[in-house]
Amino acid sequence: MSKVLIIAEHLGGKLNPSTARAVSAAAAVKADAIDVLVLADSVDAVAAEAAKIDGVSRVLTIARAENAHPLAAVLAPQIAKAAAGYSHVFAPSTTFGKDVAPRVAALLGVAQVSDVMSVEGSHTFKRPIYAGNAIVTVEAPAEHAVVATIRTASWPAAATGANSAPIEAVTTDAALPSHTRFVELKQGKSDRPDLQSASKVVSGGRGVGSKENFEIIYKFADRIGAAVGASRAAVDAGYVPNEMQVGQTGKIIAPELYMAIGISGAIQHLTGIKDAGTIVAINKDAEAPIFEVADIGLVGDLFKLIPELEAAI
Amino acid sequence: MKILVGYKRVVDYNVRIQVKPDGTGVVTDGVKLSANPFDDIALEEALRLREKGAADEVVVVGIGPADLTAHLRNGLAMGANRAIHVVTDEAVQPLTAARTLLKLVEKEQPGLVILGKQAIDDDANQTGQMLAALWDRPQATFASKVEIADGKAAVTREVDAGLEVIEAELPAVITTDLRLNEPRFIKLPDIMKAKSKPIDAIEFASLGVESHDHLKTTHYAAPPKRSKGVMVKDAAELVAALKQKGLL
Ligand SMILES: Cc1cc2nc3c(=O)[nH]c(=O)nc-3n(C[C@H](O)[C@H](O)[C@H](O)COP(=O)(O)OP(=O)(O)OC[C@H]3O[C@@H](n4cnc5c(N)ncnc54)[C@H](O)[C@@H]3O)c2cc1C
Ligand SMILES: Nc1ncnc2c1ncn2[C@@H]1O[C@H](COP(=O)(O)O)[C@@H](O)[C@H]1O
Repeated sequence: MSKVLIIAEHLGGKLNPSTARAVSAAAAVKADAIDVLVLADSVDAVAAEAAKIDGVSRVLTIARAENAHPLAAVLAPQIAKAAAGYSHVFAPSTTFGKDVAPRVAALLGVAQVSDVMSVEGSHTFKRPIYAGNAIVTVEAPAEHAVVATIRTASWPAAATGANSAPIEAVTTDAALPSHTRFVELKQGKSDRPDLQSASKVVSGGRGVGSKENFEIIYKFADRIGAAVGASRAAVDAGYVPNEMQVGQTGKIIAPELYMAIGISGAIQHLTGIKDAGTIVAINKDAEAPIFEVADIGLVGDLFKLIPELEAAI
Repeated sequence: MKILVGYKRVVDYNVRIQVKPDGTGVVTDGVKLSANPFDDIALEEALRLREKGAADEVVVVGIGPADLTAHLRNGLAMGANRAIHVVTDEAVQPLTAARTLLKLVEKEQPGLVILGKQAIDDDANQTGQMLAALWDRPQATFASKVEIADGKAAVTREVDAGLEVIEAELPAVITTDLRLNEPRFIKLPDIMKAKSKPIDAIEFASLGVESHDHLKTTHYAAPPKRSKGVMVKDAAELVAALKQKGLL
């Protein structure tokens, strides 16, 4: 009998869509119960959202002032206690989940399965290694709880709205450390769709050439209602902030449409877009590796082609 | 203050990994091996902290087979004071690596441990967080800026939402992101100098690390290939193709 505990990710009182994706992975385990754990200073809004996700059995909440910010050192001992009686603990494979889940696994004395792409059995999973250039099947020991992070791009978000799971406050006697303190979060603010959940993404690379030139990418993305991403080279060159990076060490995304503009298509970038529905590449170099994976390729100068695209739409 | 740096050897990031046709592993015979890129960044950061006077000793740690020595020499040539080689022929999973590092931490009493955020072979992204948990100390993962003062580390972290700053009391574990720094190149005279720097070899078995309860990899497969698509000749054709797919 499987019972899955999912660690909810949230920010500013809003549940992150990655949580509903982890619920889909839990459903694939054929769990008898799927509970979502919300740790926050004030839990109500997030818990109410989580309770609506189809398939969720219960929402458990731990409301403590110390949980105001997602510090792994503070959250992990509470999660480890709450995990008693569960066969699986899942977190999304976002920077939040990657930070906290291994700390939970170590407290429980178990190995962790990172980036679950598919569930082959209650203790058997597929996951990528070598930047997605190999997919391995791994078996976790049946006698321990499975701690895993869920590769969000591999899972659809569970539907929401029809459910109203009970919400229960739980208390833990976990001792919380004070050796780690939150100072601030510098958030790029944007009215554009969220990169990780958008159905369309337009990304620019080094070929865009400057921070000023990136306006062309923003303008085009706005025109088609897309989120904006970037290659590492574009981030490193200071054209855009780090949270826009797509790839092995940035965000792994699966939009219906991905447009790579002035991006060469390095392995580490492609890792982030393998699950996209349609990949479009625009590059002035006909030999660029991006054309080997693009569904539709167009060779030419982006500064000439983007205005033409806007005119043709 | 002493800094321990995780220095793992992995298949070089430029190598195109091939899965063996029988699904038992990936081809590693004869492929180029290098330091995990995140570990070079970890070492560079440790060296900069030493150069600024925030640390006085930098120790690189490798857990792996006997021939890891040459790799550790590179870490010494880059500037580490000494190396610790935990010798084992087994592939070391993150929980075992963390437990092993904890033994070294207990012995060496470092003020800071800097690891890569992930090893680019297993892409696990676990060891630093696990070590911090077992050690019951702070963790600052995905660091893109580190400042040490008054027994504390102020660390800027690359998170999905942007840049998060946290403060961690030392000793602590930091894991590196790519933008933390650009590692220096090794110069020829430094390679000569590194030859006389000490490498402590410790048999893995002698540490008494529990290492049985781990994941079993039963199969390796190549990822599904995306088929090559079509080329269009101009913007109008691209727009037409996207409209036809219902994407515009
Ligand atoms: C451990 C590791 C992790 C990494 N993680 C990531 C990651 O997460 N994400 C990532 O993206 N990279 C990552 N990288 C970096 C990656 O290897 C590449 O260096 C990077 O993706 C290159 O970015 P780019 O394609 O924008 O730049 P380039 O490779 O320089 O390509 C620029 C492209 O723009 C084209 N171009 C130039 N001008 C024009 C024009 N006017 N019109 C049209 N086309 C034009 C050029 O033909 C070229 O193809 C990682 C590297 C390492 C070692
Ligand atoms: N065998 C090892 N030898 C030295 N350092 C290691 C080893 N395994 C993991 N590490 C450290 O832990 C980091 C994260 O590895 P991983 O959790 O496997 O992604 C690496 O970047 C190294 O700094």
